[in-house]
Amino acid sequence: MSQTQADEVMKSRPLYGTLTPKQGSSHFIVADGEGGDAVAALLNAAPDMKPLAHIVYIPGANGTDLTALLEGLGARVFHPAPSYASASQRIRKVLGDAHMGLQLYVAGTEGLIGQVQRDAIAAGLPHDALTTEQRGSKARRVQCVHCKGITENVTLDPFVCSHCGLNLFVRDHYSRRLAAFQGVCIDAEDPGEVPPSEERFK
Amino acid sequence: MSLDDAFKDPFFRDESFFGDFSYKNSPHAVNRFPFPFPEDDYMYSVNMEPHVKGRPGSIFEHYFDVDEHYVSEMRDRARVLEQDPLRCQSLPHMTLAGWDLLELIMEKFAEEYPQWFALTKDSNRWHWINRPLGIDQKFTFLDESTLPMGPFEYITRQAQGDFTLQDQREDNLWIEAGMVTSQADWSLDFDIGMNFHEWHAPVPLAHQMGIFDRALKFLLALQHGAPVRRFNWTMTVDPLLDTSPENYHKWGPTKTTLTPENIGKRQHLRVELQTLIRLPRSNAICFPIRCYLISMDDLVTRPKWARRFHRVIKTVPDELATYKGFIRNKPMILDYLSKFDDGAPTSPGWWPED
Repeated sequence: MSQTQADEVMKSRPLYGTLTPKQGSSHFIVADGEGGDAVAALLNAAPDMKPLAHIVYIPGANGTDLTALLEGLGARVFHPAPSYASASQRIRKVLGDAHMGLQLYVAGTEGLIGQVQRDAIAAGLPHDALTTEQRGSKARRVQCVHCKGITENVTLDPFVCSHCGLNLFVRDHYSRRLAAFQGVCIDAEDPGEVPPSEERFK
Repeated sequence: MSLDDAFKDPFFRDESFFGDFSYKNSPHAVNRFPFPFPEDDYMYSVNMEPHVKGRPGSIFEHYFDVDEHYVSEMRDRARVLEQDPLRCQSLPHMTLAGWDLLELIMEKFAEEYPQWFALTKDSNRWHWINRPLGIDQKFTFLDESTLPMGPFEYITRQAQGDFTLQDQREDNLWIEAGMVTSQADWSLDFDIGMNFHEWHAPVPLAHQMGIFDRALKFLLALQHGAPVRRFNWTMTVDPLLDTSPENYHKWGPTKTTLTPENIGKRQHLRVELQTLIRLPRSNAICFPIRCYLISMDDLVTRPKWARRFHRVIKTVPDELATYKGFIRNKPMILDYLSKFDDGAPTSPGWWPED
């Protein structure tokens, strides 16, 4: 089973499902890293979707790149993108242009799912038009509560904020609006006393 | 808005909540301090009661308590907002709830403190006077263009305590506006947009106890005209209102500077009076979180409080002391308080002399 298992139930953290085909006039599919396997499974189970499918695929920060697999699925539109930031204008445009009947599927890391969810809510997409599946790395998107900068693909705890350089621990507190966990200075009371980092989010 | 005319009424103290920390409670303020422990131990509970008027002179005498710290607290709020404008946010659909709150505060202030505040209405044309802050404002109710800023920010710059506004939908409450400059270590900027369980996620123990499920069920049924209140508390070094997570790396180190010599003056009990009010037009719930600070030295002048507080701190689970942020200094606090606890029984309730 390659679907990512939730390691804990945290009250502010969303839970994810499995990509399953839904009735729709068009299918917009966004995936990163190992999420590509979930997309392949989806379209192979429901080949009728392919002429109505628009796929955006971003290789994983951990090196997983299924671009060739997804390109070969035969979707009407396949768009490979190097990062979410590079694809976000396209994603927001497609979501903003969406007609009734558009179905949205997101598979991959929590950081990707959260960002697409955030953009879909902002575009006014109904909740039930969105299906998610968490796959691959459990790396987290973390917002530094001090400088507000977001560090992508955090696997270590504590870690150094990529913006302001403070030593942060990852609090189990998740904002859907920011699509990010909260990072809080770990050595505020004893500057310099930072416990060794552990790989918590592999 | 001008603060130039402040302090003409000697009732209002000229004091600071940062830097030299000149904040202090007068003997009157100590006597009316909302000591939040009716018994000798403490554990979480929903502990909600109707927000009704209480003893004359107490913080429950009025709907909103305006006390001797009012002017200085509003000056501190303006300072914090200048440094970090993200401390006041309101999502676009919360404007009507902001007007609801503006109306409530102006009406209650004018009715209960006519020596300081006045509100006159000619249909939707309102005239608001706030003498302690030197404000004289004519505006049109429900017309945002007639105020210098949105109604929520405008009025919460003139009322003590933090305020959040919760929209109610999908059988949940959503925190979608806030004025938060005197918070016990939570971030409005991070939490805005969350539902009730989401924004309480970091609180230990209480979820498993079912506290939040019960509280939410209760609040969804809250009626207009029947507000409720509860207390919360924590410990703060120095009378710093703005214990924000944003600035934690700046104020956190002060926890390491307590000594047995200065703890009585610098360690403060921080009490939040939390009120929950259903607003009439928007159906939103307003949540004022009013912060009261008292130094250990002042607290122990009331023998009942001194005995009880020693016993409360002794029985607080370490997990809670950690969450509340005083685990590091718990032994020193207990050493200090033990000198004032002779083991004598305490009377029920929190009033100092009962």
